[in-house]
Amino acid sequence: MSAPAVFFYLFGAAAVISALAMVLNVRNTVASAMSLVVTMISLAVVYVVLGAHLVAALQIMVYAGAIVVVFLFVVMLLNLRRDEFSQPRERLAKLAGVVFALGGAFAFLQLVPQSLPTVQAIPADFGSYAAVGRALYHDFVLPFEVSSLLLLAAIVGAVVLAKRRIS
Amino acid sequence: MEIPLEHVIGLSAMLFAIGMVGALTRRNLIVILMSIELMLNGANLAFVGFARAWNSVDGHIFVLMVIVVAAAEVAVGLGIVIALFRNRESVNVEDVSLLRW
Repeated sequence: MSAPAVFFYLFGAAAVISALAMVLNVRNTVASAMSLVVTMISLAVVYVVLGAHLVAALQIMVYAGAIVVVFLFVVMLLNLRRDEFSQPRERLAKLAGVVFALGGAFAFLQLVPQSLPTVQAIPADFGSYAAVGRALYHDFVLPFEVSSLLLLAAIVGAVVLAKRRIS
Repeated sequence: MEIPLEHVIGLSAMLFAIGMVGALTRRNLIVILMSIELMLNGANLAFVGFARAWNSVDGHIFVLMVIVVAAAEVAVGLGIVIALFRNRESVNVEDVSLLRW
């Protein structure tokens, strides 16, 4: 097994384990947020293995750097007490989980190998800053500009929502 | 050795399923938002895997758009959480049933 494949399986397992730790940890929301950081950074390593270098850098900067920091800030601001799982729906959720897992595994084993393309050798500059930037500013320039409007609206909305009411 | 696309899609499906379980079973609004982030990351991983399989960077552009939407969603969602906590002294979703029919 080559080094990239080892990294893929190692950090893929780390992402799944820390995602489970995030969802199953009911005692401490800060620990959940730290598990989310581990998931994001493991996924960044997986992205590098898959040739998505710009996406990996943005994953660390935006997700692990900005989004999780905002989560931690709000958790510490609100000083939360212990959380619990939703009791009335717990049995239903377990049943739905079993059905979903079995159905998903069946569909995965039956359908996926027949329809997926095999991975070819990829060019050296695939996923590089230059290649993604060229696509972003040539073919996808309108979505890029619209996303800036979305961010502006989100900033204004967040400030208005979180602002303390002054009567 | 190249990583087969099936394994990338399998990892992405696992992350998405874990995030969905978290969003459905937890009651803390902040953890529900984190689980939604996890689901978005599962979708991102599928985009990156298919982008490599088809040797096209268009999937990476979609991931960038998803990251932008996720950042906007977190900003507005946590703004709502703070406003909610200020009014109800709680972030438990079962204390917030104003719009329930």
